[in-house]
Amino acid sequence: MEKIYQELKKIVGDQYVSNQPEERFFYSRDGGTTEPCFPDFIVMPGSTEEVQKIVLLANERKIPITPMGAALVLSGLSRPLRGGIVVDMKRMDRILEVNEFSRFAVVEAGTSEGKLQAYLKKHHPSLKHSVPDAPPMATIGGNILIHGSGHLSALGGFHTEMLNGLEAVLPTGEIVRIGSCSVSPYWFSRAPLPDLAGLFLGWAGTTGIATKIAIKLYPDRPLNDIDIFVMEDADSVPDVIRRLSGTAVAEDITAIMTPVPEWASGFQMINVIYGAESKREQVLKRDLLRESVKKYIKDKVGGFMPLYSDMKGRFMEAPASQLVRFADVKKGGGFEYVGAIMPIEVFPDAYRKGLEIAERNGVTYSTGARIIGLGHTMMFFYAYAFNRADPIDVKKAQKALEETNEAALTIGGIPWKAEVPAQQGIIRRMDPNTFKLMGRIRQTLDPNGIMNPGNWEVPS
Amino acid sequence: MTMLKYDPEICEKCETVDCLVRCQYMQFDLTQAKEEKLKLLAGESSRVLEGCATCYACEEYCPNNNHPFYLIVDRQEELSTWPVPIPLVKQQVKMMSPKGKITPGKVNTPLINLCFFPMLTGCIRGRLFDGTSLIEGSDIFCNIMWLHFAKNSVIRERLPKIIDTIQNNYLAENGINEFVCFHDECYGAYTHLAPAFGIDVPFKTVHLFEYLTKRLTVLKKEITPIRATVAYQRPCSNRLIPETQHWVDEIFNLVGVDRVEREYDRENALCCGTVLRAMQKDDIADDLQKRNLDDMQKVGAAYCVFNCPACFFTMKDMVTERGITPILMSELCQLALGQ
Ligand SMILES: Cc1cc2nc3c(=O)[nH]c(=O)nc-3n(C[C@H](O)[C@H](O)[C@H](O)COP(=O)(O)OP(=O)(O)OC[C@H]3O[C@@H](n4cnc5c(N)ncnc54)[C@H](O)[C@@H]3O)c2cc1C
Repeated sequence: MEKIYQELKKIVGDQYVSNQPEERFFYSRDGGTTEPCFPDFIVMPGSTEEVQKIVLLANERKIPITPMGAALVLSGLSRPLRGGIVVDMKRMDRILEVNEFSRFAVVEAGTSEGKLQAYLKKHHPSLKHSVPDAPPMATIGGNILIHGSGHLSALGGFHTEMLNGLEAVLPTGEIVRIGSCSVSPYWFSRAPLPDLAGLFLGWAGTTGIATKIAIKLYPDRPLNDIDIFVMEDADSVPDVIRRLSGTAVAEDITAIMTPVPEWASGFQMINVIYGAESKREQVLKRDLLRESVKKYIKDKVGGFMPLYSDMKGRFMEAPASQLVRFADVKKGGGFEYVGAIMPIEVFPDAYRKGLEIAERNGVTYSTGARIIGLGHTMMFFYAYAFNRADPIDVKKAQKALEETNEAALTIGGIPWKAEVPAQQGIIRRMDPNTFKLMGRIRQTLDPNGIMNPGNWEVPS
Repeated sequence: MTMLKYDPEICEKCETVDCLVRCQYMQFDLTQAKEEKLKLLAGESSRVLEGCATCYACEEYCPNNNHPFYLIVDRQEELSTWPVPIPLVKQQVKMMSPKGKITPGKVNTPLINLCFFPMLTGCIRGRLFDGTSLIEGSDIFCNIMWLHFAKNSVIRERLPKIIDTIQNNYLAENGINEFVCFHDECYGAYTHLAPAFGIDVPFKTVHLFEYLTKRLTVLKKEITPIRATVAYQRPCSNRLIPETQHWVDEIFNLVGVDRVEREYDRENALCCGTVLRAMQKDDIADDLQKRNLDDMQKVGAAYCVFNCPACFFTMKDMVTERGITPILMSELCQLALGQ
């Protein structure tokens, strides 16, 4: 152990490696309900070459490696299930390039969402990236690799669909480039090459460590507005979403169903955010949205909330601080949610099931959905806040999460950024040949099984 | 349920039907107006119920004080002709409900009732409000806004309780019998709507304008005239209490501003647009806001003065975009006092 520690020190320098109990404690857990798993070492590389050396060392000694961004995924994916080395990517946070013409940015994978957002605001105010609602320290790498979604997902889809290319260190230590950057100096696209990005997306860090990421940027329009459509019939929500998203006007569409504040309880509030270059465009977009749902307005069963301009800001904030406030509503800092990727038409079932589970388990909850693309799919979330210092509260949340994962699968959805038990649930339902193929790919890439072991595996 | 103090005979005999003929949002000639009026009297559906912008103006236009607007709202509710989509109404009814957070305490006169505008407590400051005390919150919200939502039933249910709360938790305990209404709506609710709905009001109310006029008169020596042209955005609730309008001119004289004559002022004032947006009639709201702003700009207004916080929050940005400074009436007075 001491020898490995010394070797890690040689790679990254004294300051950036630890085997001390304080750090091991801190890196053993995230903000969710999963049990702690202690790493032996924590290391913070500063370059791709350092990552490569760490991986080569781990391979040689068959030590497990768990890549980590900000550990905000909350489902325990960056806990080292089998101990070993946690590779904390936060030092690799350089913004390497912003291309104004082809609208992309190349960043190191540990760059935080907040840093890129602030950088663009300052240096490229006409551009923005799709910001998730996670706290701003979440990393671009961590978010993209888990198929994240955010404030431009109605426009651009999952964040993986906004990925132009990446650089990664394979579990055997080779450095690879994926996408146009493997051929050209420009990181402009994954097409037209065989798309190898899929080897790293959704794998929970089991296939390699991404070191550089290129993502699409979008125009940051001078005028921004929000319309909130309020209704109280969950069965009609899929149709309303289909209509609103079909206008292709929105940058972001989210449905929020929350029991607090009391006035919001029982209603579905569909927030549609859009940008415009001019007042005329803004009014046109507003009118298109209204036209799309006029049937509901005419029947008086739904309508857009009148909002003062001062009220709009907090609904358009990216990331939404309201969500972070909800996350700590019980105090004690416990928060976890099931995000399930689902087709829009199962919304009513998902909504009712969520309420039923939350009420049965007596947990503090909020539910909602982010619409991906023009209503092509949604990330339906069931968020549970709990007091980490209260074991009964934690258990209640854990039970609700398990039941919710199972319910999502039964409805026809798939838990996103699934924790280990939910991964097992997915595997049980998965076409066996698909799972076998996953295994073969992993075996080829990672013959020693060092990358985030314990994830996407059948329990032995 | 308290009945509306309303005499159908007066309307039947009415020769002018000003309530409909003068409407700014629907077109009627006299014959059509009479026909529609008769339908309303008979409790039947009428295009008035769908087309009403709920601007309250017909309460002012009626030469007989016969409450044509309150009748329209009663009929809308009876016939379920909801001007605003139902989920929005239900949500608002929940949102604005009394929260039971009454903290009775020592208050003194002059007592300012800020209604349910917690964001405006900062307005009650300085020499203008020296020695005043303040009450505010959902439990003293006057509830007149339900006139816009075809929900007179909510007014009938909540207003007597609100009156009781004010009387028993703030006034009686402190031996006070009057307060100043910061908002036109409260003054309208207690002096005009409550009597029309047969709801007893045991206290006296003073309109903010009267209070400001008296205070400015006392502080006259401290006033530095503003010397600017202003446009006044008259709120819907002031239609219930036109007798308070003269105070506006007096205040403007005292602070040294010129209320320029413009098309959409006084009895021809236009709605700020919020209610029309709640009714999902954005096209109408866009049109009237544009006409109103064009009019303010045409007369060279430097300030747009509001007394209604809802009008202020709705219009302040669009007014600013036209190069006009939005300001609340009390803040205009503060400006003249150098505060
Ligand atoms: C209040 C709140 C709101 C949220 N809202 C959203 C939202 O709107 N949209 C959304 O998408 N997410 C959301 N999240 C979830 C999550 O926080 C984000 O997706 C976040 O971006 C994850 O990034 P991270 O850096 O924390 O990743 P981590 O949690 O550190 O890692 C996630 C996974 O990726 C792996 N990984 C991390 N970095 C690398 C790398 N460089 N190479 C290989 N594997 C790596 C880890 O091993 C792990 O398996 C939210 C979370 C919270 C707490």
